[in-house]
Amino acid sequence: MYGEGRAVCLGSDIDTDVIIAGRYLRTKDRSLWAEHVLEDLDPALAGRLAGAVVVAGKNMGCGSSREQAVIALKEAGVVGIVAPSFARIFFRNAINIGLPVIEADLPCTDGALVRFDLNEGWVEVDGARFPARPLSPRMVDILAAGGLVGYWRSHR
Amino acid sequence: MSTLAERILGAAEGAYVDRAVDIAFAHDGTGVLTRETLREMGVEKLACPERVHLIFDHIVPANTSMTANLQKELREYASSAGLAFSDVGGGICHQVMSEGVVLPGQIVVGADSHTCTLGAFGAFATGVGATDMAAIWASGSTWFRVPETIELSLTGHLQGAAEPKDLALAYVGRLGMDGASYRALEFTGEAAADISMAGRLTLCNMAVETGAKTGMFYADTTTVRYLAGCGIAADRQKREEAKYAQSHEFDLGAITPLVAVPHRVDTVREVAEVAGIPLDQVFVGTCTNGRFEDLQRFARIVRGKKVAVRTIVVPASRAVLQAAAQSGALADIVEAGCVVGTPGCGPCLGAHTGVLGEGEVCLSTANRNFKNRMGVGGEIYLSSVATAAASALSGTITEPEVV
Repeated sequence: MYGEGRAVCLGSDIDTDVIIAGRYLRTKDRSLWAEHVLEDLDPALAGRLAGAVVVAGKNMGCGSSREQAVIALKEAGVVGIVAPSFARIFFRNAINIGLPVIEADLPCTDGALVRFDLNEGWVEVDGARFPARPLSPRMVDILAAGGLVGYWRSHR
Repeated sequence: MSTLAERILGAAEGAYVDRAVDIAFAHDGTGVLTRETLREMGVEKLACPERVHLIFDHIVPANTSMTANLQKELREYASSAGLAFSDVGGGICHQVMSEGVVLPGQIVVGADSHTCTLGAFGAFATGVGATDMAAIWASGSTWFRVPETIELSLTGHLQGAAEPKDLALAYVGRLGMDGASYRALEFTGEAAADISMAGRLTLCNMAVETGAKTGMFYADTTTVRYLAGCGIAADRQKREEAKYAQSHEFDLGAITPLVAVPHRVDTVREVAEVAGIPLDQVFVGTCTNGRFEDLQRFARIVRGKKVAVRTIVVPASRAVLQAAAQSGALADIVEAGCVVGTPGCGPCLGAHTGVLGEGEVCLSTANRNFKNRMGVGGEIYLSSVATAAASALSGTITEPEVV
């Protein structure tokens, strides 16, 4: 599974509260989540996520199990997230929602061209290639199906 | 020669396994998305509705028409699908599950990150998202990667005013917010036996704050006796020698009252270092510290005195509220000038009651102090119940006294 986009750099330990605050969860309106994504970190970030690859520091997505955090990022246009490590529920949620997540340790410059290939297990930043930790075959299958709902429909 | 996680999941660390789950629960927050996903999946009939619990705890009672409508839809779904249902006021999902539902050796999944709390019973209990939960409700099973385990070996005895919560803050501080990512924590050592079920629930609750999948205690005499009190016969789990990814020793005798300072759970200081910081609010409750033992301790400290700052006390469940009422602890709490909220999560997640204003400071017995969690521009310090009680009485962060 291949993807590419311009880098948006975030720090370490980005928690799910800061991705989408509790005050926005009482709705099913996904566009509202996208509008307010990462607002408490920087209100300007939401507008920069269309077509972006988020390059985060360690422990990306720590905190709550709220899947709205992943949905908000995906709805805002994020095409993949690269981080040296993810909080495990966030990692699993991202795969279930069909948003590629890749474990790799990268230097980050905002706007750099980031390309990734999950099957071959690499990430490139402006042409420089870095190794990425491979996903399990089932995770790749779920992502390839666009998420767990698609995977479920094709396997039942 | 296995860790508790390996024994329950039936495979060695690192393996991917598919397992039937014994209990699968969601709350009003995650339940809405779970229901929505089931619809998208085209699933009408659940595999094992008798194993599914739906518990309203996050915004109870509903605060807006939108919340009320979402809850109405979920309530109707619980009834039509035949789920075990706990309506507003029943309590926090993890607490309700700890009152005679979860048993040693079970595989428990909850659509809430603090599901790790229930590892206190020697169960493999872990949090998942709503989409995972929908697939679990639909199929009755899910996949797990069997985690490596970090041992937290406990020796000695808690001294003075120190509580299991202080030990929880100490281990989160030592391991760090991602120190146990993808792993399980196992609490071992001679001192583990001395810790009450309430204390174990507090300790396992904060496992996820280190990134861990779960925190676990072996079911022992304390567990068996606690479950007998719930009318359930359970067996002890015999401990085996196991291979741990890491081992950390904690001398309980050296644990002092601690606080996590804004905005990180792993930035932990001695209470003495931050004493005197003025407070706008004290909050006692949550799945970390809203149990009867906690309310009793709080009541004992504030009895016959008046709190100096607005103080919100929220019992973790109806059973906790009833026990507090019957014991007289509730009367002491109310007479001290505290506000008592509906059993549930209360202000912890910043979605309804008890939200902080800009620049306001709260001392909370909860598990998270992330930026803006309890209101935009607010600051959250995390502490034990005794520290919260002493601080409520003085209006500033205050070292607890031995009671």
